[in-house]
Amino acid sequence: MDVIQWQKQLLDHQAVMLREGFLDDQFIQLQKLQDDSSPDFVIEVMTMFFEDSENLLNNMKRALEQEPVDFRQVDAHVHQFKGSSASVGAGRIKNVCATFRDLCEAQKLEGCVTCLQQLQHEYSLLKSNLQPLFRLRQQIQAAGGSIPIMD
Amino acid sequence: MESCNCVEPQLPTDELLMKYQYISDFFIAIAYFSIPLLLIYFVKKSAVFPYRWVLVQFGAFIVLCGATHLINLWTFTMHSRTVAIVMTTAKILTAVVSCATALMLVHIIPDLLSVKTRELFLKNKAAELDREMGLIRTQEETGRHVRMLTHEIRSTLDRHTILKTTLVELGRTLALEECALWMPTRTGLELQLSYTLRQQNPVGYTVPIHHPVINQVFSSNCAVPISPNCPVAKLRPHGGKFMPGEVVAVRVPLLHLSNFQIYDWPEVSTRNYALMVLMLPSDSARQWHEHELELVEVVADQVAVALSHAAILEESMRARDMLMEQNVALDLARREAETAIRTRNDFLAVMNHEMRTPMHATIALSSLLQETELTAEQRLMVETILKSSNLLATLINDVLDLSRLEDGSLQLEEATFNLHSVFREVLNLIKPVASVKKLSLNLQIAADLPAYAIGDEKRLMQTLLNVVGNAVKFSKEGSISITAFVAKPESYSRIPDFHPVPSDSHFYLRVQVKDSGAGINPQDIPKLFTKFAQSQTLATRNPAGSGLGLAICKRFVNLMEGEIWIESEGAGKGCTATFMVKLGIPDQSNESKLPFAPKNTGSHVSTNFAGLKVLVMDDNGISRSVTKGLLMHLGCAVTTVSSSEECLRVVSLEHKVIFMDVCTGLDGYELAVRIHEKFTNRLDRPLIVALTGNTNKVTKEKCMRVGMNGLILKPVSVEKMRGVLSELLERRVLFETL
Repeated sequence: MDVIQWQKQLLDHQAVMLREGFLDDQFIQLQKLQDDSSPDFVIEVMTMFFEDSENLLNNMKRALEQEPVDFRQVDAHVHQFKGSSASVGAGRIKNVCATFRDLCEAQKLEGCVTCLQQLQHEYSLLKSNLQPLFRLRQQIQAAGGSIPIMD
Repeated sequence: MESCNCVEPQLPTDELLMKYQYISDFFIAIAYFSIPLLLIYFVKKSAVFPYRWVLVQFGAFIVLCGATHLINLWTFTMHSRTVAIVMTTAKILTAVVSCATALMLVHIIPDLLSVKTRELFLKNKAAELDREMGLIRTQEETGRHVRMLTHEIRSTLDRHTILKTTLVELGRTLALEECALWMPTRTGLELQLSYTLRQQNPVGYTVPIHHPVINQVFSSNCAVPISPNCPVAKLRPHGGKFMPGEVVAVRVPLLHLSNFQIYDWPEVSTRNYALMVLMLPSDSARQWHEHELELVEVVADQVAVALSHAAILEESMRARDMLMEQNVALDLARREAETAIRTRNDFLAVMNHEMRTPMHATIALSSLLQETELTAEQRLMVETILKSSNLLATLINDVLDLSRLEDGSLQLEEATFNLHSVFREVLNLIKPVASVKKLSLNLQIAADLPAYAIGDEKRLMQTLLNVVGNAVKFSKEGSISITAFVAKPESYSRIPDFHPVPSDSHFYLRVQVKDSGAGINPQDIPKLFTKFAQSQTLATRNPAGSGLGLAICKRFVNLMEGEIWIESEGAGKGCTATFMVKLGIPDQSNESKLPFAPKNTGSHVSTNFAGLKVLVMDDNGISRSVTKGLLMHLGCAVTTVSSSEECLRVVSLEHKVIFMDVCTGLDGYELAVRIHEKFTNRLDRPLIVALTGNTNKVTKEKCMRVGMNGLILKPVSVEKMRGVLSELLERRVLFETL
C-alpha cells in the first residue's frame, strides 16, 4: 500500500534529518503533542516558526548593516531565534545561534556577518528538507493513515 | 833690750799653761780645719743636699775660726806687726762670717725642722695606707670567698645540697672546727639539728626555740657571738681541758613566696628562722674578725635566697605530681563512668526489646479479643486490659526516651521536612478528640514561616502533639488556638535564660497553644516540667497522664536549642503553652535532597490534570505555542500571555500553576515577587515555575530567592512535563537538579 510506503519514507527521511542534526529530539516531542484535539499542531507550529524566522533573519541583517552596529539589538534577535529553534527542535540552527551570540558579545562584526550567512543557509536547508516531510504527512493523513511516531 | 810696758814678762809657771794653751789651740785648729774637709767630703758623696751654700758658709766660718786659732799660736811669743795684722784680719773675717752664718741659721733651722716633721708625717701616712691596704685585701678575699660560696650554693636547687655545701664551704674558708644548722621543727617550738659539718648523721637533737640567746640571735641580722656553753653550741665531743674556740651564730631567714612584696625586700617580720652556728677551732686562740663575720652574714642571706628557690621548686614539683595524680584519677573515673553508661545502654537496649515485645503482644491480642464475641462483662474487662496495656506501653516508651535524653545519648535527626505539613498532621490527629469534646481547633501559620525546615520532624511533632494534647486534655469546653510564626529577636529578651544566637542559616519557630480550659495555679507551673510530678489541684485530672510528657517535651525543646514555658492566670482561666525551637533554613544544597526524578512510569502517576488551569508566560511565540500544546496535550486548560503586565492582569487564583520563561528579556523574577504580593495566602496562590534554557546556578538561586516554587529546563518532553506537574501538585515545590 502506498500509505505504508509513505510511512516508511517518512520515517526514513526523519531518521536522516535526525542523524544529520537538522532536527533533534524536541521535534519528536512536538509530534507527540499532535492529537485529536490539535490535529495540525506540528504544521501550525512549523509554519509559525518559518514566518518568525524570516522576520528575525531580516531584522538581524538590517541591524548588522547599521552604522554603528548595535550588537545588543542583534543579540536580542539571535536570542529569540535560538529560543524558537530550540522549541521546535531545529538543532543545527540552535547551535549556530549559540555561536552567533558569543560573537555578538565579543562584538566581532566580521564573525557576525559570517554567522548570519550561515544561519540563512541552515534555515533554507531546513525548510527545503522539511517540505517533503510535510508533504508525506499530508498524503498519509489524506489517505486516512496515521503518522508514525518515532521514539 | 828694754822691756816695754805693753808686754808683761811671763812668769815661769805661766810657761806650762802657755804650753797647754799652745797645744789646745793647735788641736782646735786641726779640728777646725778637718771638719770642713769632712763636710766637703760627705757633701760630695751625697747628691741631694740642698744647702750647699750654707755648707760653704759654714766651712768658711770654721776655716776662719781655725785660722784664728792657728794664728793665735804665733801670738804667744813675740810677734811682729804683720802677724798682728793678719790676726786682726782673720778675726774680723771670722766675726763677719760667723754672724752671717748665725743669721743664715735662723732661716735654715726651721726649714730643717719642718723637713723632719714632714718626714714623720709621711711615715705615719705610709703606715696608715699599709693598714688600709691590708683591710682591702682582706675584704677582697672575703668577697672572693663569698662569691665562691654563693656560686657553690646557687648551683643547685636541691635543698640538702645547698645546706651541705654551705657548711662545707664555710668550714673550709674560715677553717672552722664545727658548723651546724638548726632548723625549726614543724611545730615551730623547737630547733632541730639538721646538718653538721663534721658529724655525719646528726641525730635529732632539739632545743626549745625560746632560749634567750636564740632570741637574741634571731632579733638581729648580724652574726652574734655566743657562749660556747649555750645549748646550740654544745655539739662536739668535749675537747677537755683547753679553751673551746669562739662561737658565732647567725640567723638564716626561711623565706616563703608570700614574703616577697613587689616593692619591698622581705619584711623583717618573717617568723621563720633557722640558726647557723659556727665554731672556731678550740685551742687556736683565734678570734672572730670583722670580715669573717661579714662573710658569715652575707652567706646566711644567700642561703636564705637559695633555700627559697629550692622551696619554690619543691612546691611546683609537688603541685605537678598532685595534678598528675588527679589526672590519672579523673581518667579512671571517666572510664568507669563510660563503662557504666555503656552497660546501662546495653541494658536499656535489651530491656527495650524485652519489654516492648510482651507489651505489643498483649496490646495486639487484646485488640483482637475485642473484635470477638464477648459478654458485656468480658468486654469491660478486655477494654480495661487494653487501656492499661496502652498506658503501660506509653510509659515504657517515655521512660526509655527520657533515660536516653537524660544522659545525652539522644541525638536529634537533621533532615529537611515540610514544616506546614507537621502542623496539619497534628491538627488531623487531634481533631477527632477535640470534636468529641466539642472543642474548636484553630491553626494559624504566619505567612513568613518557611515551608521547609531542617530539623527532627518526628520529635517536633511529638512535642507539638504533646502540648496540644495537653491543651485538649485539660479543657472541657471552649477553643484551642495554635499559632506558629518566626520569632523576632525582640521577643527573645522577655524570656529568662534564653539567649538565642541569630544566624543566617537558622530561624526560631515559635508556637503558642492557647486553651480555655481549667488553667493552672501559678505556683504549680515550675513543677509541670519535672518528671512524674502531677498537679494535684485539677479536679479533672486525667488518669492517663503519666507526668512524663512535658518533661520529655522540655528535653526535646532544649536539645533543639530552644525553650518551653507555660503561662496561666490561674485556675479556670485557661493557659498558654509556648515553645521556641531552632530550625535550619534549607538552602540550595539541601534542595538537592528533594531530587526530581521524572516519573516515566505513567501508570503510577496521577495523570489527572483535567481542567487544571495554568498560565503560560513567554514572549517567544514559538516557545509559547509549544508549551501551550504540551500542556493542553496533558489536559490542562492553558492561558497564554506574552508580557509581565498581561500576566498580572490575567492571573487569578483559579490558575494553579504559572509557567514563566525567565531567559528572555522579561523580568520574570520581578513578576514572581509581584504575584506573591498579589496573592498572600501561601496555600492557595498559584505555583510559579520557571522555564529556562540556562543551566547555571545563578538562575536557580535567583528563582529560589524570589520564592518561586520550581525550575525546569527547556526543552521539556511530554513525559517530563507530566512528571513535573504531578510532583508540583503533590509537593508544592520542585527544583530540578542542574
